[in-house]
Amino acid sequence: MTSLELADKLKSQFPTLISDPSEFRGEITVQISDANQMAEVCRFAKHTLLFDYLVDLSSVDNYGDDPRWTLVYELYGLGHHCHLRLKANLSEEVGELPTVSDVWRTANWHEREIYDMMGIRFRGHPDLRRILMWEGYPYYPLRKDFPLAGKPTDLPDVAFSNPAPLEGGPFVTVAGGKDTLAREPRVRLPDADSPAQSAFSKP
Amino acid sequence: MSVHIQDIQFKEPSARIKETLQSPPPAASRASDDLVDVQGEKMVLNLGPSHPATHGVLRVILEMDGEIITKATPDIGYLHRGDEKIAENMTYTQFIPYTDRLDYLGPLANNVAYVLAVEKLMGIDKLLTPRCQYVRVICCELARISAHLLGLGAFAMDVGAMTVFLHTFQEREKIYDLCESLTGARFTTTYTRIGGLSRDLPDGWVAQCRKFLDEVVINFDESETLLTRNRIWVDRTKGVGIIPKAMAIDYALSGPNLRGSGVNFDLRKAHPYLVYDQLEFDIPVGSVGDCYDRYLVRMEEMRQSVRIIQQCLDALPGGSVNIPDGKVVLPEKGKVLSSMEELIHQFILVTQGVNAPAGEIYFGAENPKGELGFYINSRGGGTPHRMKIRAPSFVNLSILSELLPGHLMSDTVSILGSLDFVMGECDR
Repeated sequence: MTSLELADKLKSQFPTLISDPSEFRGEITVQISDANQMAEVCRFAKHTLLFDYLVDLSSVDNYGDDPRWTLVYELYGLGHHCHLRLKANLSEEVGELPTVSDVWRTANWHEREIYDMMGIRFRGHPDLRRILMWEGYPYYPLRKDFPLAGKPTDLPDVAFSNPAPLEGGPFVTVAGGKDTLAREPRVRLPDADSPAQSAFSKP
Repeated sequence: MSVHIQDIQFKEPSARIKETLQSPPPAASRASDDLVDVQGEKMVLNLGPSHPATHGVLRVILEMDGEIITKATPDIGYLHRGDEKIAENMTYTQFIPYTDRLDYLGPLANNVAYVLAVEKLMGIDKLLTPRCQYVRVICCELARISAHLLGLGAFAMDVGAMTVFLHTFQEREKIYDLCESLTGARFTTTYTRIGGLSRDLPDGWVAQCRKFLDEVVINFDESETLLTRNRIWVDRTKGVGIIPKAMAIDYALSGPNLRGSGVNFDLRKAHPYLVYDQLEFDIPVGSVGDCYDRYLVRMEEMRQSVRIIQQCLDALPGGSVNIPDGKVVLPEKGKVLSSMEELIHQFILVTQGVNAPAGEIYFGAENPKGELGFYINSRGGGTPHRMKIRAPSFVNLSILSELLPGHLMSDTVSILGSLDFVMGECDR
């Protein structure tokens, strides 16, 4: 059994929903036209096609295009050692699709991460909370319209964040500065009355 | 006034667990007695994020009934640095140093896994020179020994066997010496490059590595003497934290945690990359899926890694470690300064990066902690449009809220130690 045969079986079960399989670098990808049917397709893939191992679940932000979101499911079968990628597009207005955490329990944390990072919601998820960022953080940092430097936030007594500009690259120094503080924009400037300043201050 | 001492009934832990789970004590019926009232109440205990047994910054909120855990809520993200966001904003080569900081106990293996993913996207993974492939395998296996030695030492220390930790760290130091002479850095190796390696093996490195392999095997034997039949160690790990096979697959565990539960799945065998298909090694598989099995699997994996490295050193081919393609690998410095074509290649590679085609790939490598996967969504050019890191520690930890309830508080330490996670990778 190959990935291509399994993809064809999936297509024969859902003929109108599933696109023709495409291949790139030996990997088979099928596109699902309606994200609302995702859980149903996954259930069939797991129980009938024996994709018992959900390797990964991720999301892509196609900023500027419509639909904005793409969900990517990496399926694997420990019995037949075949890999299959399922993809579904989702528009920003809908922003919601059914959970697969009841199909593979590993999806629970992956879906929480997607919710946390992209703001896509999963219908029927048992515990849809932020996972990497803190509860109450107002943004979705992996969206393309979120700046790399970050945005200032403040949640009293919990956490805060300040922009940390990278200036286009990981090692950015400004030419001509006399000392490290002037050359390296990321170095935090010491407070005027801080004792640390004496180390850098010069006559 | 007489003091009333309560009769304490000692029972085997397993018997106590059953009792608590089956019959919650009736708290309301004897409200007059304050002592009894307190016994029926659940206590919330915060473990971490800064606690030696949580190996980094994992926080677990435990709901306890006496000594027994009734609910566990892991809280992660304390080490979140936004690696995936950063990856979208730099060239593929610039991201290699960031992979050092994923599983910082085996950075060499991360470097290899990442560049293999990029090479798969570019379609040059089959063009790698033989010497490069062998050296990369040696790197992966050295990283595995190093990571397992630390995991084992920390696990043993958490359950009270301090000696093992000091013992394994002696050997890790030698691995760091090897890393240093190989890459110039002890921890942040950044050794691989797309299409090759940053440098070839230095003079005398092979002999140094062989000497290390001879010594580390003795260390394995001694560590095993300290642990495998140690009554305290066996009591603390055997029958504790059992992950049944079906549950391990359902939670998509990988690496030693999956194999400890009896699933014979190793990416080096199932989907061999580099030259793993030409090497002889065995995959240890557990039978019960408890902490003890996971310990045994790691112990044996280290011995198999030694076997793999020895075969690689014996068969190490000569030649270049880089693909002879100026559009992928930086040209020699001498040629850059004397020839126009090489100068242009150098300039383009440094400023724009390699030119990857549009497309999407997923590549998973068998890392010390499990399957480290990279999903790269490219729209062409030198930077990925989206890169998702499938971190094994992230996936392995998601089982905690299911695994911990029913165990004693002290078992938590064994279970966390046996899962062998790294928060740098989990939080990314």
